[in-house]
Amino acid sequence: MSPSAYLRSLAEKFFHREQLADEMEDEVRSHILHRADDLERSGISRAEAERRARIEFGGQERVKEECHEALGGNFVDTLQQDIRLAVRMLRKSPSFTVLSVLTLALAIGANAVVFGVLDGLLLRPLNVPNSENLWGTVYGEDPGFQSYLNYSDLRDRNHSFEDLAAFNFAFVGLDTGNNPTVAFGFATTGNYFDVLGIHPCLGRFFNSSDERGPNSAPYLVLTYAYWHTRFQDDRNVIGRTVQLNKHAYTIIGVAPPEFHGTLLFIAVDFFMPIVNQQQVEGQDLLKDRGTTHGVFETIGHLKRGVTPEQAEADINSVGAYLEKTYPKEFSQKKAVLGHTGLTSFGTAVRQFMIGLTLLAGLILLAACANLGSLFAARAADRAREVALRLALGSSRRRILRQLLTEAVLISLMGGVLGLIGSILLLRRISAWQPFQGAPLHLPVTPDTKVYLVALALALISGLLFGIVPVRQVLRANPYEIVKAGSSGKPGRRFTLRDVLLAGQIAICAVLVTSSLVALRGLVRSLQSDLGFEPRNTMLVSTNLAMAGYTGEQLSEMQKRMIQALESIPGIERAGLVNNYPPLVYAAGSRTNVYKEGVTDFKPASVAVRPYRYDVSPEYFRAAGTALLAGRDISWHDDKAAPAVAVVNRQFAVRMFGSVTDAVGRYYKIQDGTRIQVVGVVADGKYMSLTEDPEPAIFPSFLQSPTSASVIIVRSERDPQQLAGEIRSRLHGLDSGLPVDTATWTTQLELVLFPGRMATMSLGTLGMMGAILSVTGIFGMAAYSVSKRLRELGIRIALGGRRSEVLSTALGRAVKLLALGSTVGLVLGILASRVLAFIVYQASPRDPLVLAGVILAMALLGMAATWIPARRALSVNPLILLREE
Amino acid sequence: MTDQAQLLPGTLDLLILKAVSLGPLHGYGVLLRIGQISGQALLIEQGALYPALFRLVRQGLLKASWGTSENNRRAKYYELTTAGRKRLQEETAGWNRLATAIASALEARPEEV
Repeated sequence: MSPSAYLRSLAEKFFHREQLADEMEDEVRSHILHRADDLERSGISRAEAERRARIEFGGQERVKEECHEALGGNFVDTLQQDIRLAVRMLRKSPSFTVLSVLTLALAIGANAVVFGVLDGLLLRPLNVPNSENLWGTVYGEDPGFQSYLNYSDLRDRNHSFEDLAAFNFAFVGLDTGNNPTVAFGFATTGNYFDVLGIHPCLGRFFNSSDERGPNSAPYLVLTYAYWHTRFQDDRNVIGRTVQLNKHAYTIIGVAPPEFHGTLLFIAVDFFMPIVNQQQVEGQDLLKDRGTTHGVFETIGHLKRGVTPEQAEADINSVGAYLEKTYPKEFSQKKAVLGHTGLTSFGTAVRQFMIGLTLLAGLILLAACANLGSLFAARAADRAREVALRLALGSSRRRILRQLLTEAVLISLMGGVLGLIGSILLLRRISAWQPFQGAPLHLPVTPDTKVYLVALALALISGLLFGIVPVRQVLRANPYEIVKAGSSGKPGRRFTLRDVLLAGQIAICAVLVTSSLVALRGLVRSLQSDLGFEPRNTMLVSTNLAMAGYTGEQLSEMQKRMIQALESIPGIERAGLVNNYPPLVYAAGSRTNVYKEGVTDFKPASVAVRPYRYDVSPEYFRAAGTALLAGRDISWHDDKAAPAVAVVNRQFAVRMFGSVTDAVGRYYKIQDGTRIQVVGVVADGKYMSLTEDPEPAIFPSFLQSPTSASVIIVRSERDPQQLAGEIRSRLHGLDSGLPVDTATWTTQLELVLFPGRMATMSLGTLGMMGAILSVTGIFGMAAYSVSKRLRELGIRIALGGRRSEVLSTALGRAVKLLALGSTVGLVLGILASRVLAFIVYQASPRDPLVLAGVILAMALLGMAATWIPARRALSVNPLILLREE
Repeated sequence: MTDQAQLLPGTLDLLILKAVSLGPLHGYGVLLRIGQISGQALLIEQGALYPALFRLVRQGLLKASWGTSENNRRAKYYELTTAGRKRLQEETAGWNRLATAIASALEARPEEV
């Protein structure tokens, strides 16, 4: 075929549509007239001749349509027709349309949200050049905590990385002139920006040449967002001096807008050189090899041709060397590499996301099954229409295409609706600050990838369920169907529709089971014994380093602060703990403890690794922790007095055998100091709600002064009302000291966050599952009632009892519900084992959960069959039989 | 009807091309011409003719123009294009090869095998 002729005929078809139709009309008429002329010549009347000619010619419309098709380029044309017809058909059955669009929107929305989060956290690399080759180190099971000395040895001795940078967290008071506020940043090595290969948006970055020993580089780089909010995009900010914990720092640059640090889910305010960390934090971490607080993560690009496995072996061999060289301070932990951005959190996040993706996939599957049965029922109802079209000469292909067009149309509407919902939700998530004061940031911005995935899912599911009725159409025998009417032949024992519905109910039961298991786990974790009483307490956090205090001044000022707070009317007790109290920011630190007789402090002879909280007198009473034996810390346990500590029951039992044996005994710490146990307190939770009982020690805070501390204030009334008074009292002591107040309960949110997130997500998915099963059962029940309305009418007319009528109408739906729920319950119980990872004490064998699931499914079934049942019972046989 | 040969698939186009090659024809004329040249052995179903004509036009083998018929009626006339003439030659040669082959196959006797 010559392309030009083809194009001409296409062009003609599109641009001269009317003319073309007229021409065809003319041509057919001309044909009939010529034929009639011939017939007339054989002696028939003109009218009769024309009639015969028309009959001989056959269906004119069909010929014209075939001619139209023969012109080519029918795709767009028939598509338009199909769409027009589909829209008409869908408008004719609004309940079907609304039901299926909503079902799909729900499923697509859920999947788009899950995919958006998945994309933001796992699929999208960090926004820096060559990020696929950027790796971070993960040591053992801890997030990559390391010491600065270990980092510099690793940097100099490895053969795998082009260069190795490191960063640590830095909470500071940033003062631009009498307005100290807490800012959060990274203390980074000088080569940090060079390793990442990024360039400043304003000014310059610091680099290795700026590092000339401790506290040699008082430079500050702001993130774009912080520059925007705190400095109002002021371009003159470069060169300006600000106070960081009372030390002068010069702002030298602003990072590019898309860079907010090398942890995906955290948005920092600034970057400062790690060599200056001692100055602002008050602790000298640069020279302490044993610390686990010096460096959070080391990152670098692998050299060309080095595989991650080779690099891991390399890091571990450096680790082995360090362990041999510094046996006291370094114990080798197996190092692995992780993609920078999530690194040590990767596994947990990945597991959670995989779980969520699977569940969202189940929702989609359930929705598809639901739509499949809806469509199958509809196809059965339309058998007559289809038969009529077939009888009138439409091709089966056309009819199938028509059905598929309807399916695709519904899936597109559902997809777009779901996508809009998910975009709104993702925007909310992205702007969401789950905890006050924590710079958490979930980088979920819906982008083209999310849109494409959502639409692809919608189309795939649309085609999947659109195909369900195909078999019915292909087998349809127009003659039989038109003759038999819509009542159809008696159904087989199980149709495809039944299987779909049962499967869908099973999936929904799985979801309902999972969400109930999660909910129950959350309730339990809320009720579990924390070892302290967070209600009616306020946490007052200060970091004296931010106001320039050092050494001896620290304990003295802290004592004055405690006294000032205790004197506020309404406050019963105030007790201090260094750094953070239990269960706040998951920030506990462990320490090595040795038996009294030990003289060689190697890692192998460590007896226990308890959590360590340095506390003031009255801390336990303020926190609400019970003293089991011995005495509390007292104000006399200061630097001049022998070192003492209170320990918890777990520690006492592990070290000394029992609570009573512990009091008065001694243990040793890393530097060889003997510490006497003066009291034993009850066990508690320290890092997470799901942990097993852990040992903990509570030395006197006076014996190891630290600038960062939290004073726990217990009051009779709502402590929130005292916040103003607390601040003003502390400002009375030192007006330049930033003070943070928060209730302990709010701070616990962070610990509850994973479980709560899991419960929330599962709850939402469970709800969706429930909605889907209601619509599914409703659709099925309503359909079976309307199909058998005549039979029901006859039964009622013949005096059938209501229960009989009901069981006829709904028996199958109820049977399917029972079957599906049982299967789903069993599967749900199996699946809940997976939940145990996230949710505290997630046990599916809980009778309450089982009863809950059965009850929920029964209620769902009742809700869904209520309307069809009423309709079945209210059948008026007279009217019904007359209609037929 | 029984004395009419069944039209083999694909032969309709060939017949139309042949009919039109003998001189421009309108649709009804094509029907008549095919009947005439096949000795009334081949009758084309009227409804099938027009889609075939449109297809041939689209393929650039025929071209159409409106004119006046011998009955003094307006009619659309079809005539061969150069491409159409070439196609007719090819198809005719192909058909003849096939027909000869089939004929000789059918004339085969047991002793020749």
